[in-house]
Amino acid sequence: MNILVGVKVVPDTAAQVRVEDGRVTWGDAPLVLNPWDEFAVEAALQAKEKFGGRVQVLSVGDESALEALRKALAMGCQEAIRIHDPALNNPDALATARVLAAAVQKLQPDLVIFGRQAIDGDTALTPAAVARFLGWPFVGLVTAFGDFDQASGTLTVTRNLEEAKQVLRVRLPAVFTIAKEFAEPRYPTFLGIRKANRAKIPVWSLADLGIQAPEARVQWPEVMQPPKREVQCEFITGETPQEIAAKLVDKLIEEKVL
Amino acid sequence: MTAKIAVVVDHFQGQAPGAAWEPFTAARQVASALAGEVVAVIPGTDTEALAQEAAARGADRVIRLEHPALADYRAATYGEALAQLDAQEGFTLWLFPTTIRGREMAAWLAAARNLGVLPDVFQVEVKDGQVEAIRPVYAGKVWSRVTTSLPAVVTTRVRAFNAPEPEAGREAPVETFTPDLAEPASDVQGYEVEEREGPRLTEARIIVSGGRGVANAPKVPDPCAGVTDPKEQELCIAKEGFKMLGELARALGAALGASRAAVDAGYISYDHQVGQTGKVVSPDLYIAFGISGAIQHQAGMRTSKIIVAVNTDPEAPIFKIARYGIVGDLWEIAPALLEELRKRSLAKA
Ligand SMILES: Cc1cc2nc3c(=O)[nH]c(=O)nc-3n(C[C@H](O)[C@H](O)[C@H](O)COP(=O)(O)OP(=O)(O)OC[C@H]3O[C@@H](n4cnc5c(N)ncnc54)[C@H](O)[C@@H]3O)c2cc1C
Ligand SMILES: Nc1ncnc2c1ncn2[C@@H]1O[C@H](COP(=O)(O)O)[C@@H](O)[C@H]1O
Repeated sequence: MNILVGVKVVPDTAAQVRVEDGRVTWGDAPLVLNPWDEFAVEAALQAKEKFGGRVQVLSVGDESALEALRKALAMGCQEAIRIHDPALNNPDALATARVLAAAVQKLQPDLVIFGRQAIDGDTALTPAAVARFLGWPFVGLVTAFGDFDQASGTLTVTRNLEEAKQVLRVRLPAVFTIAKEFAEPRYPTFLGIRKANRAKIPVWSLADLGIQAPEARVQWPEVMQPPKREVQCEFITGETPQEIAAKLVDKLIEEKVL
Repeated sequence: MTAKIAVVVDHFQGQAPGAAWEPFTAARQVASALAGEVVAVIPGTDTEALAQEAAARGADRVIRLEHPALADYRAATYGEALAQLDAQEGFTLWLFPTTIRGREMAAWLAAARNLGVLPDVFQVEVKDGQVEAIRPVYAGKVWSRVTTSLPAVVTTRVRAFNAPEPEAGREAPVETFTPDLAEPASDVQGYEVEEREGPRLTEARIIVSGGRGVANAPKVPDPCAGVTDPKEQELCIAKEGFKMLGELARALGAALGASRAAVDAGYISYDHQVGQTGKVVSPDLYIAFGISGAIQHQAGMRTSKIIVAVNTDPEAPIFKIARYGIVGDLWEIAPALLEELRKRSLAKA
């Protein structure tokens, strides 16, 4: 089973992201593999270990995307590809999805795995859109893989919905995203890191994919700093826990939240 | 031509989560501005009751999408059914709640119909053929104004809009639309329904949440006294602690949350995690017990209306965003709070 993982590079979760001169900055915080994509890489590697085949990792982005690709390689992916083209500027989620779909068509994997959401734009739209462009089934927030039935080409998976877990048998090729419960992402090994640093990562242009730059439908004309939450913490004190609890309950009734 | 605002009613086998009705408020605002109509769109089977409720909640017209392939939710079949309806009706704007299914359907529909999509917005306005919205990005550290041309797709942030109350006796014409769907490429084998009491985290009005501090009891609780392995004992204490917080949550009619540290250590299951890589919540009241308030945790709960923090460390960052702080031991404060609620007959259980 050949598997393709799509990953993105994002500012670290601990970054102090803010707006300066009308633009988003995160100071000198590092760029990292999107945390949700670590679960996607883990799931891809497990699928390979369980069903055979290989794992390729793909990112649409400038040179900073190498950080994410190398981390995925260090975790155990066999091959990385970066897609970059000056004609692609400010793609929205659906434009990125069109590019990814074209790359999938070129690479012809049996399974495409994405992260749940990129923690910069927080859109969580790309994966389902890729599935629609390919005409493949989409299963979001997969928590476990079951059996693969060679004869019918179907994989049994479990996914999260808010109300329940849904168990499906999915005809491959398909597009998945991965939930946190799937498994803790593995750490890169020393050997993996060495291999990743040496790996040659090809860059494909849109011409290599045989497509024109897709038009972005969404614009983001302004970013802003959210209004500061003016909270002054009122410390509640007392002689005993009972007294403190009683005072807190009074406050919460006053605030109309009890 | 009058503007047509479609609201997709999200549901699980005929049961709509609270968030399902919230986009109707945004839809009504937009429909008034454009002098248009609000159309509830309900894919699935057995949706008669939902159709009635949609009318009561403000739909001018209801369209039920019926097909055997829609008996179980799948993004492809639900999304394709919506796309076919759109091809027939030509909606001006589509609204979804930002639930798991809502996001998937929005992405699918937008890709199928080549529409711009603005996800997870807390403010939305339509003017001059454009839809303009504001949404949090970077886990809410920054906001972004986003625009796209009509027709378009928008998903509304959960709890950002108040669901309209149902109006008794309000009715609306109900139509059915039968999409032309191929055999789905995935079969639903069944469901594993988790036991849950009380409200869902993402919808709860009150959340009681615990962190690593829950494992740090001044006195080892009885059931754990006999456990000699220190790791096992820590786990035992933490589980007792979450039991205690669970009892408090029940009394408050609240959902039970946790920090990632608590979840990773196995004190409580993953689905309780609040934060950037957990659930994003926005309750009226969030009570954090033994949670330091790391930036990733704050990203998931910062917009709660009132935050109460209980922590032994007066320097814990959580106090910077808390309205009320208690510097103290959660093992003393939580039981005292429960007792106080019971004493005043405020406890729901
Ligand atoms: C990529 C990434 C994603 C992450 N995503 C999330 C996320 O989604 N959600 C999340 O929560 N975290 C997330 N984190 C982890 C986050 O950085 C913190 O490690 C975590 O939130 C800490 O949890 P905590 O507050 O329970 O533990 P700690 O930071 O250890 O805090 C425990 C607190 O309990 C107090 N305490 C101890 N004993 C008691 C007692 N008896 N009574 C009262 N107080 C007591 C202590 O003073 C301390 O403040 C993420 C981290 C990374 C790197
Ligand atoms: N530029 C990109 N290149 C490759 N994969 C991407 C890219 N952007 C998003 N993805 C994938 O799509 C998922 C959801 O991203 P998003 O829709 O941007 O929230 C991510 O977790 C990635 O797996």
